[in-house]
Amino acid sequence: MQLRASPHLHSGRDVPTIMRHVVYALLPVCAFSIWQYGLSSLALIVTVTLSCLFAERLSNKLSGTVNTLSDWSATITGVLLALTLPPAFPLWMGAVAGLTAVWLGKSLFGGLGHNPFNPALVGRAFVQAAFPTAITTWAPAFAPQRFTEFIPSSLTLPLMQPNDISAWVAANMVDGFTGATPLARWKFEQFVYPVEDMITGAASASTGETSALLLVVCGLYLIARKFMDWRIPVAVVGSALLLALAFRLFGGDEYPPVHLVLLSGGLMLGALFMATDMATSPVSPRAVWAYGAIIGTVTILIRYFGGLTEGVMYAILFGNALAPLLDKYLQPKVFGAHKK
Amino acid sequence: MSSQPLQASNMEQLLEGIWKQNPVFVMALGMCPALAVTVSAFNALGMGLATTFVLICSCTLISMLRRFIPREVRIATYIVIIATFVTLVDYLIQAVSLALYEALGAFIQLIVVNCIILGRAEAHAAKNPPFSAMVNALGMGIGFTIGLFALGSVREILGAGKLFGISLFGDQFQPWVVMVLPPGGFFVLGLWLLFFAWLAKRKEAQHGA
Repeated sequence: MQLRASPHLHSGRDVPTIMRHVVYALLPVCAFSIWQYGLSSLALIVTVTLSCLFAERLSNKLSGTVNTLSDWSATITGVLLALTLPPAFPLWMGAVAGLTAVWLGKSLFGGLGHNPFNPALVGRAFVQAAFPTAITTWAPAFAPQRFTEFIPSSLTLPLMQPNDISAWVAANMVDGFTGATPLARWKFEQFVYPVEDMITGAASASTGETSALLLVVCGLYLIARKFMDWRIPVAVVGSALLLALAFRLFGGDEYPPVHLVLLSGGLMLGALFMATDMATSPVSPRAVWAYGAIIGTVTILIRYFGGLTEGVMYAILFGNALAPLLDKYLQPKVFGAHKK
Repeated sequence: MSSQPLQASNMEQLLEGIWKQNPVFVMALGMCPALAVTVSAFNALGMGLATTFVLICSCTLISMLRRFIPREVRIATYIVIIATFVTLVDYLIQAVSLALYEALGAFIQLIVVNCIILGRAEAHAAKNPPFSAMVNALGMGIGFTIGLFALGSVREILGAGKLFGISLFGDQFQPWVVMVLPPGGFFVLGLWLLFFAWLAKRKEAQHGA
């Protein structure tokens, strides 16, 4: 008789399978952004992903470990990171973000599974601190020339300031382009963005966060295939929704309407694809609920009371930092154990 | 003690502080000024030289007085000696370059509590003759200055596109704002520490093979 140590049952799923399906789920989001922003968006996604893969391969070489490109994790980091950047973000800055994401966010901690923070968000946080102007410069969607020419700022020479896009915007005759996101327009002008613009992708936003609806559909695919913990997005969006409702009901018109909170910015992208990162989120159910609720709450607090217009990134990084603590204090009771 | 081996060890002592026991990259001492005043190469160099001056003078004097200082009050005595030289350098910088004085701010006065200086006084100057103490202090001072300069130059190049105030990339350069902020100091310090640890590991591997 052969004796083997547990586990005896295996679902047949390994890291590369799960990661590959997350990439599949992100493909429609990428395709939609390319349809909206054209060449610039395509080049940004490709550049950032390649820089992440390069960083991963180089750290494999330097540390003498096995090749980890085939686990798809660096690809996900790259695609997700590109989707959180503005569509006309200079490509060289995108490459800086990608290298930082993998080296600072993952490799230095020992690679996949050892990183305390979501690598894509580490990369974004770094470029937000390094290039605060470029990362809040938005480009118009559906410009007529988008498939034949780049938005000028994409092709900025490395280390140089982004090229001015106002002439290009004027030449493309994009009507009503203000260059501000729905959240920023609410914060600074109390302007309520129409719901249909936020669903069809006409509003200014980061490359992959323009259509909340599409993100939800892609997320549902992963949830249906059981590739992600459904509790996390439900807790994040649910807590944000409850808080937004409470503020609107009791605080009045000072606070934004609920659809603005749910559909704008990176809430859906963050809740579905970033907060659910397996390496940086808690494991036990109660801890997961708390983790999601913290992210949703911090997002709303930053958006309503902070200096920034969008708070999903810092909220998730904050949640990542708390994840091990939550797992420690909210452990499920061991089966059969007595109450003390 | 014959003078011949002492000569050889002097050179070694000098190199010890510059390379093998570099205060910033190997011993990780004096982190406060290393992170706070290294936003530009000029500030970093100024701070490094000021510290080197205090280090050499106070270590030499402490070494001369090492037989007169009672053990019980030695730390207090060292601090008084170090503080004297810090006051000197404080006035000196104020007289030579007011811009540097204002950029370094309280960190000049804080040289008094820089652990490299007290550490050298306690670990080396108190037990060795003046010349040896001076050489050791010189090595540590140069090592500290190199460390600060390494941080300051990277932060100035990326954070402002300049080195010693001279523009390197033209007007269109995009400054990396984070590099002149405190997090930038930690990032650059971490990268240098990583680089030196990697060098040390590689050398160890070569010797082992």
